[in-house]
Amino acid sequence: MPSINRSKTKTPMPSQDAKLRSKNFNEVALGYTEEDAINEAQRCLNCKKPSCMEGCPVQVQIPRFIKHIAEKNFESAISVIKETNSLPAVCGRVCPQEEQCEQKCVLAKRGDPVGIGRLERFAADWERQQGVKIPDKANPIGKKVAVIGSGPAGLTCAGDLAKLGYDVTVFEAFHEPGGVLIYGIPEFRLPKEIVKQEVDFLKKLGVKVQTDMVMGKVLTVDDIFEKGYEAVFIGTGAGLPKFMKIPGENYLGVYSANEFLTRINLMKAYKFPETDTPVKVGKKVAVVGGGNVAMDSARSALRMGAEEVYIVYRRSESEMPARKEEFEHAKEEGIIFKFLTNPTRIIGDEKGWVKGLECIQMELGEPDASGRRRPVPIKGSEFTLDMDTVVIAIGTGPNPLLIEATEGLKLNKYGYIETDEDGRTSKEGVWAGGDIVTGSATVILAMGAGKKAAQSIHEYLQGK
Amino acid sequence: MFQIIDKKDLAPSIKQFVVDAPLVAQKARPGQFIILRIKEGGERIPLTIADYDTQKGTITIVFQEVGKTTKELGTLKAGDYLADFVGPLGKAVEFSNHKKVLGIGGGLGVAPLYPKLKMLHENGAEVISIIGAKTADMLIMEEEIKAVSDKTYVCTDDGSKGRHGFVTVVLKELLEQGEKFDEIIIIGPPILMKIGTEIAKPYNIPIMVSLNPIMIDGTGMCGGCRVTVGGETKFVCVDGPAFDGSKVDFDELMKRLQTYTSEEKLALDKYHSERGACKCHQ
Ligand SMILES: Cc1cc2nc3c(=O)[nH]c(=O)nc-3n(C[C@H](O)[C@H](O)[C@H](O)COP(=O)(O)OP(=O)(O)OC[C@H]3O[C@@H](n4cnc5c(N)ncnc54)[C@H](O)[C@@H]3O)c2cc1C
Ligand SMILES: Cc1cc2nc3c(=O)[nH]c(=O)nc-3n(C[C@H](O)[C@H](O)[C@H](O)COP(=O)(O)OP(=O)(O)OC[C@H]3O[C@@H](n4cnc5c(N)ncnc54)[C@H](O)[C@@H]3O)c2cc1C
Ligand code: SF4
Ligand code: FES
Repeated sequence: MPSINRSKTKTPMPSQDAKLRSKNFNEVALGYTEEDAINEAQRCLNCKKPSCMEGCPVQVQIPRFIKHIAEKNFESAISVIKETNSLPAVCGRVCPQEEQCEQKCVLAKRGDPVGIGRLERFAADWERQQGVKIPDKANPIGKKVAVIGSGPAGLTCAGDLAKLGYDVTVFEAFHEPGGVLIYGIPEFRLPKEIVKQEVDFLKKLGVKVQTDMVMGKVLTVDDIFEKGYEAVFIGTGAGLPKFMKIPGENYLGVYSANEFLTRINLMKAYKFPETDTPVKVGKKVAVVGGGNVAMDSARSALRMGAEEVYIVYRRSESEMPARKEEFEHAKEEGIIFKFLTNPTRIIGDEKGWVKGLECIQMELGEPDASGRRRPVPIKGSEFTLDMDTVVIAIGTGPNPLLIEATEGLKLNKYGYIETDEDGRTSKEGVWAGGDIVTGSATVILAMGAGKKAAQSIHEYLQGK
Repeated sequence: MFQIIDKKDLAPSIKQFVVDAPLVAQKARPGQFIILRIKEGGERIPLTIADYDTQKGTITIVFQEVGKTTKELGTLKAGDYLADFVGPLGKAVEFSNHKKVLGIGGGLGVAPLYPKLKMLHENGAEVISIIGAKTADMLIMEEEIKAVSDKTYVCTDDGSKGRHGFVTVVLKELLEQGEKFDEIIIIGPPILMKIGTEIAKPYNIPIMVSLNPIMIDGTGMCGGCRVTVGGETKFVCVDGPAFDGSKVDFDELMKRLQTYTSEEKLALDKYHSERGACKCHQ
């Protein structure tokens, strides 16, 4: 019997010192040692009715895997997780556990919840260090399925179908697969090596990955069917950047978060001129927004050498949608938060470079459709922050490129693809899932959607 | 990997590749472009589809060596491979029943002009073209352009061939002589497109230009290629690259092209020092 740890606080996560890390792109959180993991696992009460699992969108058998860790049986721990979560090394790092499993954990009532995310990450990292075992290839069914987009939704759908014996090809627009995991979430939060290994794992399962394929341009969904594919899964994400539609947004030094992060992560601008793609980061940087994307942009700016980095957010701290850990990390690193502040205008110099951000002070009014109190501007409270770089991270929309080239896809009023619960679209043989259906959400929800669709595609093709 | 099948020097520092890219060739249309990356760690650069052959599965690109990536590209030979070659991107151009058009290409702009004029010519339109370059040896694709034009004017800035002066001088003359066109296509450096548009605007003839902002993805996901057209923000990679010239904010485009001037220089200097002396003009 493992002993019990009655500590009210989580076993601390070893991490890089805040001063040091704000200058490099190495991973911030270093991960539990075996000892840390066992220690933390021993906090779990192994509840009969584990409420944590209600908070998990893919129903990971949380107490079961934690018990294995407590018993030092790491191999069993990871196989329990992988029964339902095919990307644990990713999820352990980026899931908003504080709103999911950990929020529901009984221990959260009287102290810290069990560090479920940290334990998940530990188990996944342990397995990677041992060398991941490749399951035997399933007997080929002899049916081809196409997956468009290689984010968490597409990768999960592809993996599940390959395991069932389908001949799966993933078509990705970029030169590297992984979706937001590659181009958006920075190296210091999710090392790209991990994403590469997940993709390699799929390839070993027999999944073919074709990069450089902008679907809708080079091939349409109907072309895919003509090439003999019998089902298509669309997981193209919500990659269309939104701008604020305020004056001055096209000044030099104003970036969408997508561009800023893509330059840094996908194109590796942090290694420029060793790599060829630059990014321009000034001394004073303002990032507009309050989600993970804003935190990632701000912390990347700091690492690119900015002296002062501001987050300008129109609501207050408690409404911020970012993961708590990222907010904490950002604060530790010295990011300056301007809450209840909304930009009204970007000011430029004569050469067209940004030199300031005019903002207005906000106050919270009545709750809006999202249930959060609506920020309203306080008349006459405008002020200007001197800035030489502005990054806009106020959200994204659906990219119409593939959708417009696909006949017969029903969309909702925001332009996202409409599906039933299993991800089935209005077009015969076509499924969709992830951000392109829900709007920007989370890695785990995208994964869950990919899983559901894979199951539904399997049922459909069995009946064919 | 995409193989370069053929390489030709068109002019000092202007080169033409024929690249094996059957899927791209299948869908390519005039007005579209590709994005390529030479190798891992390289930049993604957009280049116009100067010609395509659906049968052979090839795409022709013409590029000018202006910075690190295009210079490095110029060192590749037939038989070499490009890591990435993505396309066809952007909107294809469409012409509604044009009877007579004027095509103007300045410098490298002659290359993207060619597929448009070729299509118009094949559709039976009368094509008048004005092409120009700094000097005679910098003039490209003269034969190709002539082959699809009913009349071609050649200009050079220094007078070493054809008319002495800018292509816009001939444009002005033709318009002043009362020549009528269903559309005027102007492609070249932004300053040429700006001046050309200013000259042609009073004549109320539709003006098509093809814009070349800095790009990354070419699929509408970064917004780096944004320009203001008719007071609205457009993404050139998906909404263009062709636009109604009379509505384009060229000054903004020209400013935005300067964003990385110091970085471009740094990259080029590093490239040259690593390769020893500058070999770009050999
Ligand atoms: C900066 C940032 C930080 C985030 N942080 C977190 C976090 O900490 N935790 C969390 O849970 N979530 C986070 N998210 C959200 C999460 O990443 C997304 O919800 C998730 O990635 C959505 O997955 P997806 O598979 O639907 O799409 P994506 O990951 O967006 O992948 C879509 C893929 O499809 C490709 N594609 C698009 N169009 C085409 C086409 N026409 N042809 C071929 N391919 C195409 C794209 O290039 C891309 O690779 C973050 C998002 C961002 C941008
Ligand atoms: C849709 C589109 C189609 C294009 N088609 C062609 C083409 O057919 N042939 C061709 O030679 N070029 C074309 N260009 C321009 C080409 O992409 C750039 O010349 C190239 O990216 C420069 O890369 P570099 O690293 O060699 O130079 P850099 O070091 O990046 O730049 C060197 C110099 O070139 C200028 N420059 C940089 N990017 C661009 C750009 N996008 N447009 C114009 N000037 C730029 C810089 O201001 C600088 O002065 C096109 C651009 C676009 C957007
Ligand atoms: S709710 Fe908390 S204590 Fe109970 S099983 Fe889940 S993680 Fe363990
Ligand atoms: S190049 Fe990124 S949106 Fe056009």
